[in-house]
Amino acid sequence: MSKFKKKTVVKQDIPTSSMPDVVFMLLFFFMVTTELRETAIDVQQRIPEATQLRKLQRKSLVTNLYIGEPKKTEQFGKEAKIQADDVFIEPKDIILWVNRQKDLLAEAERDQLTVALKVDNEAKRGIIADVESELRKANARKILYNTMAKKEVVR
Amino acid sequence: MADIAFLMLIFFLVTTTIANDRGLSMQLPPPPEANPQDVKIQEHNMFKIQLNSSDALLVEGNPMSDVTGLKDDIKKFILNRGNDPTMSDSPEKAIISYKTDRGTTHKRFIEILDIIQGAYYDIYAEQAGVTNQKFREAASLLSEGDNRQIYDKGRAGIPMQVSIAEPTKVGN
Repeated sequence: MSKFKKKTVVKQDIPTSSMPDVVFMLLFFFMVTTELRETAIDVQQRIPEATQLRKLQRKSLVTNLYIGEPKKTEQFGKEAKIQADDVFIEPKDIILWVNRQKDLLAEAERDQLTVALKVDNEAKRGIIADVESELRKANARKILYNTMAKKEVVR
Repeated sequence: MADIAFLMLIFFLVTTTIANDRGLSMQLPPPPEANPQDVKIQEHNMFKIQLNSSDALLVEGNPMSDVTGLKDDIKKFILNRGNDPTMSDSPEKAIISYKTDRGTTHKRFIEILDIIQGAYYDIYAEQAGVTNQKFREAASLLSEGDNRQIYDKGRAGIPMQVSIAEPTKVGN
């Protein structure tokens, strides 16, 4: 019997010598993929899902507009608002805002400015249509509705 | 060493936001002219999709609750090439007219726009001989490799004509 007993003693330690390597690998991953957010978003952002996504390649040409119900409803009301950079703006301010964004770009690239609209699921078409008509007037006609990837149903 | 690495790891874990820069790409039409000319478009060249303020869908005048067949309907309409007199004469003349209400939710708008664009991308991809996903990747990055050829081949003779009308004002 004693012959067999010896075999049941198993070393239970997890080897930790490779832990720093793993941690460093994770660290580098997050350092590379991270993007520090410079603006706090004050509107609801439940982004809709879609299947036919296109990717934006030149991030320097992209500028964001956030549209949705304000998070602080007691202060700003329940009506959907437009946030650009750090402030709420009205549709009539958009032309000015677009021109300011274009000024940040090099002369040759100004017509390639893409406006990414990050719109909440529950926002109404009305406000978005107002924004679009202002963007048309401001000649910033490349837009992108930000969406999440939805698994395509295979039929 | 590992402690410091851990500390930094946790810092980046907390502060990280992986940027989402994907979505449905669109080109808006030029600003409206002061005195617009009347352009006559034949009724059968237009595929009408309407959404009302309670998100109900009307396709070519008929209510539709199940959208699974809509993509194939649009494809059939675009690629009709004059076979059926009630549908488009040619892909160049086919126009998808998409009209919403001010009260339509963005979620519903995106859902239908996704189907419309999906129909076009399917056609393009088939014409270029690649998969839908491959075509969209090529279209996103035209400068690389033979993406330009794929893109041009796919779009040859079939412009994406989606007209998004000014919304009606029933809801809000």
